[in-house]
Amino acid sequence: MTSVKRLVLDVLKPHQPNTLEFARAIAASGEGYQVDIHVLEVDEQTETLQVMIEGDSLDFELISGVINENGASLHSIDEVSVVGK
Amino acid sequence: MELKQIKTLLEISQSREIMRRYFVVNGFDGALTMLGLIMGFYVSDYVELGVVITTCLATGFALGMSGISSAYISEAAERRHTLLELEKAMVTSLDESHHARVATWVPWLVALVNGIAPLLIALIIILPLWLAHKGMVLPLNPMTTAMLVAMLIIFLLGVFLGRIGGTFWLWSGLQSLAVASMTVGLIYLLA
Repeated sequence: MTSVKRLVLDVLKPHQPNTLEFARAIAASGEGYQVDIHVLEVDEQTETLQVMIEGDSLDFELISGVINENGASLHSIDEVSVVGK
Repeated sequence: MELKQIKTLLEISQSREIMRRYFVVNGFDGALTMLGLIMGFYVSDYVELGVVITTCLATGFALGMSGISSAYISEAAERRHTLLELEKAMVTSLDESHHARVATWVPWLVALVNGIAPLLIALIIILPLWLAHKGMVLPLNPMTTAMLVAMLIIFLLGVFLGRIGGTFWLWSGLQSLAVASMTVGLIYLLA
């Protein structure tokens, strides 16, 4: 049994929802999720983000679903921190 | 669809302003059309109140249907175009996203606002005529009362626009009222 404690994701998203709303949507997908977003690049219609999520037990499938629901696409998982129980 | 979901779609599509604009523009249309119709009947020879009510009601419904259909057709096309452009930029399908739901639902929401505004305003303006027709005694002539209600609504729409635009509310209200007065004056002169 393992718990995902930290994820760093490379995400491409449209301008809407804005970064704050996007962070809120991800944070609301699990209890105690802390979300930090760094905007790396802004294009005409899209933004490239580095999304850092921390929590006791991150549900990657759920987070991925929230990202897709908000019109964004997950490009890569850049960092992970997993703890074995 | 839940209220929270509607709120999310409106935020993503940023269509609150569009809906507000449509409400005022078509509401103004509805009020001014009713004012013109009632003024037309007022300056004509005797017309039965029932005929005035039916004509105004039918016009209100026609404005409502026109508002719904025209806004839906244009908004649906615009939203679909926006979605396709976004999908091109994202290089992926957004079928399961809020953006696809925006393209489906927002045109209906905008169309409803665009259609309901003139119909609702027309119904409010017709109300004194209907009350008089049902036997209620009004302090003024029913048509005069309905025209005053129309003027008041037009003034309030102007006030609303003034508050949005950050201009002096009374000034924008009076500007709208001036348009209504000019319409009434022109109809009077033509008659």
